[in-house]
Amino acid sequence: MAFPHRPDAPELPDFSMLKRLARDQLIYLLEQLPGKKDLFIEADLMSPLDRIANVSILKQHEVDKLYKVENKPALSSSEQLCFLVRPRIKNMRYIASLVNADKLAGRTRKYKVIFSPQKFYACEMVLEEEGIYGDVSCDEWAFSLLPLDVDLLSMELPEFFRDYFLEGDQRWINTVAQALHLLSTLYGPFPNCYGIGRCAKMAYELWRNLEEEEDGETKGRRPEIGHIFLLDRDVDFVTALCSQVVYEGLVDDTFRIKCGSVDFGPEVTSCDKSLKVLLNAEDKVFNEIRNEHFSNVFGFLSQKARNLQAQYDRRRGMDIKQMKNFVSQELKGLKQEHRLLSLHIGACESIMKKKTKQDFQELIKTEHALLEGFNIRESTSYIEEHIDRQVSPIESLRLMCLLSITENGLIPKDYRSLKTQYLQSYGPEHLLTFSNLRRAGLLTEQAPGDTLTAVESKVSKLVTDKAAGKITDAFSSLAKRSNFRAISKKLNLIPRVDGEYDLKVPRDMAYVFSGAYVPLSCRIIEQVLERRSWQGLDEVVRLLNCSDFAFTDMTKEDKASSESLRLILVVFLGGCTFSEISALRFLGREKGYRFIFLTTAVTNSARLMEAMSEVKA
Amino acid sequence: MNRTKGDEEEYWNSSKFKAFTFDDEDDELSQLKESKRAVNSLRDFVDDDDDDDLERVSWSGEPVGSISWSIKETAGNSGSSHEGREQLKSRNSFSSYAQLPKPTSTYSLSSFFRGRTRPGSFQSLSDALSDTPAKSYAPELGRPKGEYRVSYSIHWCDSFHMLFCQVCSLERFRSLQDKLQLLEEAVSMHDGNVITAVLIFLKRTLSKEILFRELEVRQVALRHLIHFLKEIGDQKLLLDLFRFLDRTEELALSHYREHLNIQDPDKRKEFLKTCIGLPFSAEDSAHIQDHYTLLERQIIIEANDRHLESAGQTEIFRKHPRKASILNMPLVTTLFYSCFYHYTEAEGTFSSPVNLKKTFKIPDKQYVLTALAARAKLRAWNDVDALFTTKNWLGYTKKRAPIGFHRVVEILHKNNAPVQILQEYVNLVEDVDTKLNLATKFKCHDVVIDTCRDLKDRQQLLAYRSKVDKGSAEEEKIDALLSSSQIRWKN
Repeated sequence: MAFPHRPDAPELPDFSMLKRLARDQLIYLLEQLPGKKDLFIEADLMSPLDRIANVSILKQHEVDKLYKVENKPALSSSEQLCFLVRPRIKNMRYIASLVNADKLAGRTRKYKVIFSPQKFYACEMVLEEEGIYGDVSCDEWAFSLLPLDVDLLSMELPEFFRDYFLEGDQRWINTVAQALHLLSTLYGPFPNCYGIGRCAKMAYELWRNLEEEEDGETKGRRPEIGHIFLLDRDVDFVTALCSQVVYEGLVDDTFRIKCGSVDFGPEVTSCDKSLKVLLNAEDKVFNEIRNEHFSNVFGFLSQKARNLQAQYDRRRGMDIKQMKNFVSQELKGLKQEHRLLSLHIGACESIMKKKTKQDFQELIKTEHALLEGFNIRESTSYIEEHIDRQVSPIESLRLMCLLSITENGLIPKDYRSLKTQYLQSYGPEHLLTFSNLRRAGLLTEQAPGDTLTAVESKVSKLVTDKAAGKITDAFSSLAKRSNFRAISKKLNLIPRVDGEYDLKVPRDMAYVFSGAYVPLSCRIIEQVLERRSWQGLDEVVRLLNCSDFAFTDMTKEDKASSESLRLILVVFLGGCTFSEISALRFLGREKGYRFIFLTTAVTNSARLMEAMSEVKA
Repeated sequence: MNRTKGDEEEYWNSSKFKAFTFDDEDDELSQLKESKRAVNSLRDFVDDDDDDDLERVSWSGEPVGSISWSIKETAGNSGSSHEGREQLKSRNSFSSYAQLPKPTSTYSLSSFFRGRTRPGSFQSLSDALSDTPAKSYAPELGRPKGEYRVSYSIHWCDSFHMLFCQVCSLERFRSLQDKLQLLEEAVSMHDGNVITAVLIFLKRTLSKEILFRELEVRQVALRHLIHFLKEIGDQKLLLDLFRFLDRTEELALSHYREHLNIQDPDKRKEFLKTCIGLPFSAEDSAHIQDHYTLLERQIIIEANDRHLESAGQTEIFRKHPRKASILNMPLVTTLFYSCFYHYTEAEGTFSSPVNLKKTFKIPDKQYVLTALAARAKLRAWNDVDALFTTKNWLGYTKKRAPIGFHRVVEILHKNNAPVQILQEYVNLVEDVDTKLNLATKFKCHDVVIDTCRDLKDRQQLLAYRSKVDKGSAEEEKIDALLSSSQIRWKN
């Protein structure tokens, strides 16, 4: 249980420095507006802010009251207002409405807008249009890397996914480049760089430009991290669309881990209030089960519970002195462990209840069939029934996307009938969602061709020529064939079944999906690291539609220590899942590497689908 | 990987996935329960003074002192303070004499082209950093602000060089050629913010037609403009752009999207009407037409039912008051509603289920599923019965379910159907294994017993004996069977 790292595994760099930097920068910015002030914080920034600062720090820097940025008139009576926001148009309109209302009332105050992680020109344009440019001062808080755990850095930018992969907007690429630049300033250059994906390549080039401009800053530094690997989310949608079955992933799918912490409701805490719990390596119980397949977790927890019982029982035979020792030295630790243990047991119980209710077994079976490519008809009717019974709209959408990507698009007949039923079950406005999914290449229709009857193809030809043809052209660069089946074969993603897959002693990364599938993203990373290049992977790269976007860059520096060469920073552009993190942690243990994860946000299938959904719940 | 059929079956029957079954409550859950008991039994001893190592947590579950918690506090307190507002008023009158603050922003258009200057230096914080390794790791953090010269200029052409080195605005780029070069340079930098900035400038200084024409061959820039127009809500220009590009379907969808912002049902309906003629794909045109028809129906049904409900004369509405309005609900929900409140209505009325089924060509399967769920919820077992009864030409009745009786049973169970009803439908499940599983799961003892008898499976029957109550009729029945000499048991 809970595999230890190999003794020769390298130490992780200390990322807590990033928190200190962000905090100090914020304090500096607050000091730029001396005197008492009210602070308006955007909802999405509250949790990240909580991780690096607290109210008393803000108070020390003369923040009086705190407000949430929402579409309501502000009741603040302060003479100075400070806004801490993401660079979004709607925030600018909100601020403009406040300032203009003040102007109308003949009131003057000082306003400061702090954009995090950066300012966009479009925002300034709105300030200018609203006539308040110059009335407000603007600043940037380059808080773009939040260490959620010892090996996990998050940019906390979930919108990256939709902005880039749906809209084709490259506004966050510079943010990524800046973040990488900061890392290389703090932790030394990266001697070996690899990447795959259009966005990865652009981010890499932009970052390289930054490095060259600030020549000399990183030169001469010893690299702490030997490799960096950049990967676009659209290289592997399949993995992100699967149901997660390792503990941390399952907790994320069930309760939604937000910014490294989770809200456990009364059904978990077995008292009447919810509890916010930080989930990271410091939680000793969690740390041992987070990467485990869910089926192993029960055994582990009950063993733990028995041990705990035994330790408490020891006090029975104690004399006064021993008891005193016990209370002063061990009790606190035991109590802490007890608290954590009962929380995770509660969480497991609640997960079990929910999953049993929704027929999880059946669902997993369908997913595995889709991954392996058999019983497609059966899977299709399973999805259909899902839709007909109005089971969660997100879940139905996810299964359709999984079917589409693994099968290179749906057969036109199925596409039409599933879409019609979906609109009937969940609302006609989802027409817009389908259009989004098609554009992003997540849910497509097979090109009409040999599978159609003569009449059908005639009809669809009429339609295609007129309207659809142009559209397909326009988006051909974004949406592309997935070729999943061929890639899966080439990379051996479906392990051969001989006998039982022992989930307690995983033999490969497939354990994160019950032994049925090796995550594509992780397999690519494994293969490239093994070869130290893309050599021999040409066919795979071609199938991934990435022929122009797979790159390697090695500096012939011999300064890198052998230890640093076993530290790998993996950058997921568009989000990564806990299952992928677990799989790579496993790979690291096998090979004596350690992985560090940098992601634009931690994601899962539901978040991906919601990002594509036009109708917000 | 190609598997033969035999392989597949073996695959699913193999024990590979048995290690992890959510259905198998017996094993894991009991293990879990046991550990939970163990942990809970310790609670008495542990819970006495937990505060010392627990975070202080407020009623809402947020740790006290966290920022999110504090914001909730302000939200709770503000607004109620009358005094505060008085104060605010009086202060207002004074402050109007105060001097206007000078514009503090020194950003010029070009400043953001300069790459990103880090906001401020860390000088004021150097004390905090001096005792940490941060300072030596990041020597540039100590440098004064003026020394930052982050710029892309070295890689750029002359005109750009000018832009960076002097403080000048984009207004210098007046010829079309310059403008396009500017755009191309921006695109080659990959920074979306810069691309959008140039586009805003081009949008202001070029005619629509020229801008659109040039963007048509510059896809990256075009996508940025489209996204920008969506974000700032310039619907008119966006539609013009789609029209110019001849992207008719996007044009139609973009127009249709606007209905989401219209709250008033009648206005929304009228708006949807304007969408019907738009150049959607043939398939989507039908969906739009359906959307309009559905809302039209819902408005009629809603008005009628609200009236019926408030009149208080109709039993169904008195017994089961409506929880929400039916407006803007999906078709299936509307069908459920109509099966719930208007099941017996003649086909001629808009609210009757049959009418909905015909109008929207709802497939049989979907109709039966929905009707079943609605009638089961009302515990109208006769209606459920009628749903599956068909007569053949000789007048014999037969039970038939387009969705499979195992599904019927599940839905009935979810709606707490009594055992007699469940039993009847479990018996109709064709596959013996499924039948036995369902019967066991839902405690339809008679079905289990009879099936075991039919299978001549003595062992299973024996095992089942332990699951029924002691001294019950079921136990007697099992005992009678077990001791019967009529049956030739297979084991």
